Amino acid sequence: MSNLKIFTKGFFKENPILVLLLGTCPTLATTSSAINGLGMGIATTFVLTSSNVAISLLAKFIPDKVRIPSYIVVIASFVTIVDLIMQAYVPDLYETLGIFIPLIVVNCIVLARAEAFASKNRLLPSLLDGAGMGLGFTMALGILGSIREILGNGSIFNYKLIKGDAILVFILAPGAFIALGYLIALINKIRKA
Amino acid sequence: MEYLLIIISAILVNNIVLAQFLGVCPFLGVSNKISTSVGMTGAVTFVMVLASIVTYLIYTYLLIPLGIGFMQTITYILVIASLVQLVEIILKKVSQALYQALGIFLPLITTNCAVLGVTLLVIKKHFNLLEGVVYSFATALGFGLALILLAGIREQLDMAEVPKGMKGAPISLLVAGILALAFMGFSGIVK
Repeated sequence: MSNLKIFTKGFFKENPILVLLLGTCPTLATTSSAINGLGMGIATTFVLTSSNVAISLLAKFIPDKVRIPSYIVVIASFVTIVDLIMQAYVPDLYETLGIFIPLIVVNCIVLARAEAFASKNRLLPSLLDGAGMGLGFTMALGILGSIREILGNGSIFNYKLIKGDAILVFILAPGAFIALGYLIALINKIRKA
Repeated sequence: MEYLLIIISAILVNNIVLAQFLGVCPFLGVSNKISTSVGMTGAVTFVMVLASIVTYLIYTYLLIPLGIGFMQTITYILVIASLVQLVEIILKKVSQALYQALGIFLPLITTNCAVLGVTLLVIKKHFNLLEGVVYSFATALGFGLALILLAGIREQLDMAEVPKGMKGAPISLLVAGILALAFMGFSGIVK
């Protein structure tokens, strides 16, 4: 597979959320607005890329039997770094995303890429794979966040599009499930057509 | 009374899956059948309560005195992973029947964000140990309630004619959305 393909497969063909259905928890929880969704996506992209790089370098030295716990420790270290950075520089976003920042550790995408890709590939492909998957994740979160913000609040990136009230339920919990359900149905339809 | 409030709030008002979006992966993954949902609920309850006790003790008596509270995430995930492994080994030795019932779900629990989420929330909400135990037990029951409800509905949905593109995940998400809508009705009970 060429490097370009490795980078771009995360966007559509193997999009972690819309096609592979990995990492649904942060997807539903943090997309109440476009900004929150993008913030979460960028934090995850950072962890995904760094852990992919670290694991592709370390894979040779890690005994096979303890590889999963070792990967988790690597991932958890990067998550702690992101957690501290965000707390220091973007406290508002950090407050909104709450426990979903530490929960990047258990986001299935990160461990899945470490196990399925980074442990078997060299540095550059692993970096591209992590960045591509991360950006695909960010894109999906951004799209879902925008849809929910437009429908639920009548605004996008805090810029008001319509006056008055919108369909409030879309920024609440039920709207998250329903919006993601329809989005995946749409993607299924496009992929099969 | 205080404990009753914690229980009602954790099961109905702030249901872990339908209101807080934790544990959605197993919620969608193993909710095909009622029987597997019950098994998963058992395993989650077991690990969740144990994990919140152990992590609470480690946080209060080890991380805080040493001033390394920022190591929370790394320590917790390691504790949960080893706890799951330990429970699996013990179950295998002690009760073969229970191991058969819960065994296959145990490895999945390490990456169930509900477990890590609850242990973090217990600290964040400044619960004491007993409150933490009650909270994590009730949360696990709430998880089970949502899981079994969805499984029941999905068993019926198998017989329905679902549009092609909506099959599988999309229709489950829509059902979950409607369930979440129903659970919003409880939101006035506890402040």
